Amino acid sequence: MSKTGIIIQREYSTRVKKKSFIIMTILGPILMAALFIAPAWIATMEDNEVKTIAVLDSSYLFRHSMQQTETIRFTYIKNKKLNEIEKVMNDSNYYAVLFIPQNILASQRVELSSTKQPSLPVKMHIKNCISREIELLKLAKSNIDPALLESIKTDINISTIKLEADGSKVKTSTELNSVVGLVSAILIYMFIFMYGAQIMRGVIEEKTSRIVEVIISSVRPLELMMGKIIGVAMVGLTQFALWIILTFALVSAAKGILMPDKPMDMQTLQMNSIMNNPAVGNDMTAGSGQPQIDPNEIELAFEAINSINYGTMLLSFIFFFLGGYLLYGALFAAIGGAVDSDADTQQFMMPVTIPLILGVVVLQGAITNPEGPVAFWFSIIPFTSPIVMMARIPFGVPIWEIALSAALLILTFIACTWLAAKIYRTGILMYGKKVNYRELYKWLRYRNY
Amino acid sequence: MAFLEATNIRKEYTGHLALNDVSISVEQGRIFGLLGPNGAGKTTLIRIINGITAPDKGTISFNNEPFSAVHLSQIGYLPEERGLYKKMKVGEQALYLARLKGLSKKDALRQLKYWFEKFEIQAWWDKKVEELSKGMQQKIQFITTVLHEPRFLIFDEPFSGFDPINANLLKEEILGFKKKGATIIFSTHNMESVEELCDDIALIHRSNNILSGTVKDIKNRYKDNVYQVVFSGFVNMLEATLRHQYEITGHTEKDGLHTLNFKMTDKSVTTNQVISSLLPIGNIVSFNEILPSMNDIFINVVKEKNLE
Repeated sequence: MSKTGIIIQREYSTRVKKKSFIIMTILGPILMAALFIAPAWIATMEDNEVKTIAVLDSSYLFRHSMQQTETIRFTYIKNKKLNEIEKVMNDSNYYAVLFIPQNILASQRVELSSTKQPSLPVKMHIKNCISREIELLKLAKSNIDPALLESIKTDINISTIKLEADGSKVKTSTELNSVVGLVSAILIYMFIFMYGAQIMRGVIEEKTSRIVEVIISSVRPLELMMGKIIGVAMVGLTQFALWIILTFALVSAAKGILMPDKPMDMQTLQMNSIMNNPAVGNDMTAGSGQPQIDPNEIELAFEAINSINYGTMLLSFIFFFLGGYLLYGALFAAIGGAVDSDADTQQFMMPVTIPLILGVVVLQGAITNPEGPVAFWFSIIPFTSPIVMMARIPFGVPIWEIALSAALLILTFIACTWLAAKIYRTGILMYGKKVNYRELYKWLRYRNY
Repeated sequence: MAFLEATNIRKEYTGHLALNDVSISVEQGRIFGLLGPNGAGKTTLIRIINGITAPDKGTISFNNEPFSAVHLSQIGYLPEERGLYKKMKVGEQALYLARLKGLSKKDALRQLKYWFEKFEIQAWWDKKVEELSKGMQQKIQFITTVLHEPRFLIFDEPFSGFDPINANLLKEEILGFKKKGATIIFSTHNMESVEELCDDIALIHRSNNILSGTVKDIKNRYKDNVYQVVFSGFVNMLEATLRHQYEITGHTEKDGLHTLNFKMTDKSVTTNQVISSLLPIGNIVSFNEILPSMNDIFINVVKEKNLE
């Protein structure tokens, strides 16, 4: 095995065996799964409890308008005063008392008293029922047929269709493209930051433990640096792969246990419904039971999901993912080599983190306007291109732009690694010296193998 | 040709000349001392010999071959700034360093077994380095330096930071390697610590090699014929006898034993004659020549060449 191979192996196995790695790898998917499962789980929990609400209707207008649901029941109470009921609330089975005043039409205000804070779905349901009834009353007063009004209501669906160069048409979803682009860009950003910092700390560790000179009497500094960068990358990829596998396993396991009777993946359902029809999303929070999704819309969503070119997407994701990481990895290694401790890294971290953060700042704009000049330039300039280009790719980017961006990224990576290696190999042998930028510039000119 | 030839090595850092046309040659199977004060350029020279950094000018050759990466596996180097990964297990770490030197896993394990048994430290194999005491870590550090049986050993400030027991152990092992034919370089500012071990030396002062040769030759060249006699008996008579012929440079007394230093200027007088003239007067405990220490020689040379 080559010496770089031995170094990669050590970097990988020591990191993967660390407790922090194991904990993060297990905890990550649990948190992610919790994020998906918890809302659904909470929703199922609430469904089970039947809440009975006492209605004291002084206006006598809502006799039939309070609709029962699976979990919300209404009991009408007559000949009692509100404070009488309120007094016995603790001993009764009532979840809350709804008091509708006589002048409801003018005041547009009802009172809901309960011993506990009433849940949001209950509140929303009551609000919907009462306002619908009042609306109907008002319509009747103005002599408008409610059926007519219903027929006037219009909801427009926009199907976005992308015209391909070969004349074919593909149905797309701007929302879905945005989500896919945003997620990949943020993943790249996170990966560069988390694992770039690990490289830097690894280099500092070798410096402070004074083992570095022992090692570079056996291998070239460049071999040590690249071994570390590649080893850490493999740790990162392992962690991501485990996260994805474990998250899927957890989500599907949890789904099986919590929602055995729902065939469709809760999470996709939720995502689609929110994306395509915000109103449906609102209904869900209102606790009105099953979300009602127009089958047409599901079909549209699936068509949009299929519209993304996953081959290009995946290939470019892997390329920009690794390219960005290697570019920044070398810079992080150089910083680690130049300083003596974590505390000294600040002044050199700035110029490395600013382009990264800039990339994330531009991200929002790039997604709203993927063809705009800002998105274009930041996806070509190598220091931001891994993040910004990934956000643009789901919308379709001309091949020449991707090729240009990729070529520039490779060239910059080579140049940066060359410069970083020069700083690195001088820096790792310097102890107790406060280093500034002028010093770094001098190091670039020292002769080395 | 010597085993290692460093010819006209020059290395400049911005605003600072670290080595100015320094040449050294180290003979096969001998111990070579690279001596000089801190900051003289010793570590830079050693890093150049190790291929850690490149000279601006000059060449390094091993066994008449120009230096290249293949020679790295023949060198065992203990740098001045040394350490181990603190969180890594002892055995794993030693194995890693051995494999970086080019040993196969099998050979490395065999060698490690030998050394761990020799130092009776098998129990440390699965311990983390940070769990070991400083002295234990030094032993491991030494083992990792020599594990690949290098033909050429380089020690930069070898005894600094080692406790006396480990320093002795180190000396013994190094002499063992010499016996097996290895060539050894010591680099240190602490000249006393190595002068009895070295066969040859080079004195480095302010980036220049100011004196080199075998220890024997150099000591002879710089000795000033001072002898020391320790005796008990009639001090006044003895002193009078010596003063008559030689210049007495020192006289101390402790617990009834007198120590006298005197300089013999007349080369025709042998030490035997001196001793026989002293024998009737008192009881001689010891008689020996005082050779200048490397420290003294260094200071002399610096003065002589007006390098201060």
